[in-house]
Amino acid sequence: MKHRYLPMTEQDQKEMLKTIGVSSVEELFEDIPEKVRFQGELNIKPAKTESALMKELAALADKNADTQKNTSFLGAGVYDHYSPVIMDHVISRSEFYTAYTPYQPEISQGELQAIFEFQTMIAELTGMDVANSSMYDGGTSFAEAAMLSAGQTKRKKVLVSGAVHPESKAVLETYAAGQNIEVVTIPEKDGVTDLEQLKALMSDEIAAVMVQYPNFFGQIERLDQIEQLAHGSKAMFVVSSNPLSLGALTPPGALGADIVVGDAQPFGLPQAFGGPHCGYFAVTKKLMRKVPGRLVGETNDEEGQRGYVLTLQAREQHIRRDKATSNICSNQALNALASSVTMTALGKQGIQEIAHQNLQKAAYAKKQLKAAGLHVINGGYTFNEFVIELKKPVSEVNKNLMKKQIIGGYDLGRDFENRQNQMLIAVTEQRTKEEIDLLAEELKQYA
Amino acid sequence: MRSENQPLIFEMSREGRIGYSLPELDVPETNTDELLPEGFARKEAPELPEVSELDIMRHYTALSKRNHGVDSGFYPLGSCTMKYNPKVNEAVARFAGFAHIHPLQDESTVQGAMEMMYDLQEHLIEITGMDEVTLQPAAGAHGEWTGLMMIRAFHEANGDFNRTKVIVPDSAHGTNPASATVAGFETVTVKSNENGLVDLDDLKRVVDENTAALMLTNPNTLGLFEEDILEMASIIHNAGGKLYYDGANLNAVLAKARPGDMGFDVVHLNLHKTFTGPHGGGGPGSGPVGVKKDLIPYLPKPLLVKTEEGFTFDYNRPDSIGRVKPYYGNFGINVRAYTYIRTMGPDGLKAVSENAVINANYMMRRLAEYFDLPYDRHCKHEFVISGKRQKKLGVRTLDIAKRLLDFGFHPPTIYFPINVEECMMIEPTETESKETLDSFIEAMIQIAKEAEENPEIVQEAPHTTVISRLDETQAARKPVLRYMKKEPVEV
Repeated sequence: MKHRYLPMTEQDQKEMLKTIGVSSVEELFEDIPEKVRFQGELNIKPAKTESALMKELAALADKNADTQKNTSFLGAGVYDHYSPVIMDHVISRSEFYTAYTPYQPEISQGELQAIFEFQTMIAELTGMDVANSSMYDGGTSFAEAAMLSAGQTKRKKVLVSGAVHPESKAVLETYAAGQNIEVVTIPEKDGVTDLEQLKALMSDEIAAVMVQYPNFFGQIERLDQIEQLAHGSKAMFVVSSNPLSLGALTPPGALGADIVVGDAQPFGLPQAFGGPHCGYFAVTKKLMRKVPGRLVGETNDEEGQRGYVLTLQAREQHIRRDKATSNICSNQALNALASSVTMTALGKQGIQEIAHQNLQKAAYAKKQLKAAGLHVINGGYTFNEFVIELKKPVSEVNKNLMKKQIIGGYDLGRDFENRQNQMLIAVTEQRTKEEIDLLAEELKQYA
Repeated sequence: MRSENQPLIFEMSREGRIGYSLPELDVPETNTDELLPEGFARKEAPELPEVSELDIMRHYTALSKRNHGVDSGFYPLGSCTMKYNPKVNEAVARFAGFAHIHPLQDESTVQGAMEMMYDLQEHLIEITGMDEVTLQPAAGAHGEWTGLMMIRAFHEANGDFNRTKVIVPDSAHGTNPASATVAGFETVTVKSNENGLVDLDDLKRVVDENTAALMLTNPNTLGLFEEDILEMASIIHNAGGKLYYDGANLNAVLAKARPGDMGFDVVHLNLHKTFTGPHGGGGPGSGPVGVKKDLIPYLPKPLLVKTEEGFTFDYNRPDSIGRVKPYYGNFGINVRAYTYIRTMGPDGLKAVSENAVINANYMMRRLAEYFDLPYDRHCKHEFVISGKRQKKLGVRTLDIAKRLLDFGFHPPTIYFPINVEECMMIEPTETESKETLDSFIEAMIQIAKEAEENPEIVQEAPHTTVISRLDETQAARKPVLRYMKKEPVEV
């Protein structure tokens, strides 16, 4: 059969079969027992030409309401942020995206150096000593942090704040079940981790205290106080953090975190219906040899030239097999590269400015919504998200907002029984004053 | 002399230079002190580089030139299926309606995305011969762990709490035993026989009432089809265990043999291998999992279902193992795989496996004269040769791999599987032409001759790359894992 991805001609095939010493292709499949050999044709859609398929799939994509044509106030872990145009140009260089894991460093210096730079930027932002080459996403990084903590402390119970992303918490629970680790929720109070409850739950059985910063409700947790409680019982202090917020907030590393995880999606990665994004994993030097996933290190070649290699591989599954501390094999290299491009474009000035804008625009939105008569719940310090209460169910409100081409905030009632009719609103630097004012105007009727 | 180093982006930084264009701050400002609790406003700015837009493009362009991808040249890395990554996939994944949609939007606003996911699931169900598929796992290893967690949940639901062991062949990928450990199992190894296949007697010996599952790659990592698969399935099933299919090597058997028909209960696929998701320098991948009927209740939630009103995510699944990933999987990679499957159709996919298998057998036969062939029989999409003969001449397989770099080729997978001495595992894929295969074969023949006549040239390779062999011991002993700005020396 002729296909643009299949270069074998009839003549090639004839010659190759001759070299192999068989008379037909079928002979090469005769080791498959007849009983399991697939007969006939797969019952799937017939092939389409490039143009016809593009047209069909463009129509399918058009059925979705995207955040370019509509104005989004939806965050809850995935955000509509500035994405410099050069980012896609860089990751479209196919030397990067068609490469495998850089196991042959002599022909992979580009990828290795780019990842080394990514590790540095994440370490800088989080205030940690070391960051790895990336993880699947924020949720699985969070779960891996619990496993590392359990291994390190030899304890089998973790405390997780009720104010972390419910989907990260759900992933953590699945991983924990596999490892027979007990997960206990620290209740939230007024939208932040309840410190009194945390105090009561602390004991020398606790492997880790795990919180989010800013937390799922947008609020800024008192990491300083939580750190004291965690370390007071020699538990690991794990913080999941939106790395973009760290342009404005004191980094968790400066507040005593042992492990900082999160997702680099806010650095202009496409929301892509939830993935692929880019988990990160940063630790103190003490935990360097326990980190899951790949690490790139600097070294020299035989001629003394600086170069980069995958290092400390003795931790990993392909060497340690069943003794490995994590089964992670791939990382999200291409997305780590993409987020590096954005972090580089932002630079030292831009990271501060973008974080400042988020803080300011969200504060303005809060003020406008209050002025429109809406009740802002919890009231504490927030970064770029906050919670409001509505008179009507959030799903109904969002359907009406959609008519004005506004993608409304997240319906907290979906995950929290006690938060019916509450909407989590995200205001990034992408939102204009005009858009914020329009949102306030549209939501007025639900006050 | 090799080329100059590309400086780190941090070393290119100059104070005051910028590379961004942020929106205007068009709202009235509030004093930051009022917005953050005391002690929570960052004092020291993060040391990100200060460079212009052109600096950035030049930097990454220079780095890309120091990197080998499938688009740069042949990449016969065994078990990795480094086939061509079609460009139409990239275009489709970038459609605004796929790239710029939020996972928590109202379902009514993302029906197109859900339809794509559902149709991909339907296609994967037919291709694998399973009954249901989840797209949630992010990669192959993640899929393995997901599948094993489901097997564990299945046994526990039957009151079978003593099924603590997962059997893995000695030729298995390292992720198999690691995933078993993370899912809370112990790993038991089953030996391969002299034909490179699972030793049935050894399998019978290790199977018992504690067996939870057997994990198998078929064709296996030696590129050989496990001919006794049906007998193996009945040994495991009779003992009450489940059969797990590692889909890393599915490229060999598309439309030729389906895991579901071979007796497998759980399957994971690597969409970034068989179904052309680009490897991206290490990821992102996508690792959907397919199951037979009796395991459907344990699938991760939510499960995408089709109703009369349209597509919806079903969260009401009390027996589910829970979530394995936030949201619904690596959607962007799934879009690419779907585009590929729709590009190939049923005839195309069948031709993929046929051509991949012809290419591998052709290379194996032509190389057999110069290298040891541990298993002299038809292979599937990949095969192993051994550098034993060259080792006697003082040339190790690692040297051969490094020498291939001088010819512009990525080397095969080396020293894996671990049960073959001085192993080289070669997977050409179907997208390479006979001319490319021939030039690689010629290079290998030349290296074999060099090993006899001029071993130093192989031992000291590579000679043409931007950098020579790196000191990996130093990297591990004194790890330098990030750039540190050198403090100016005070005078």
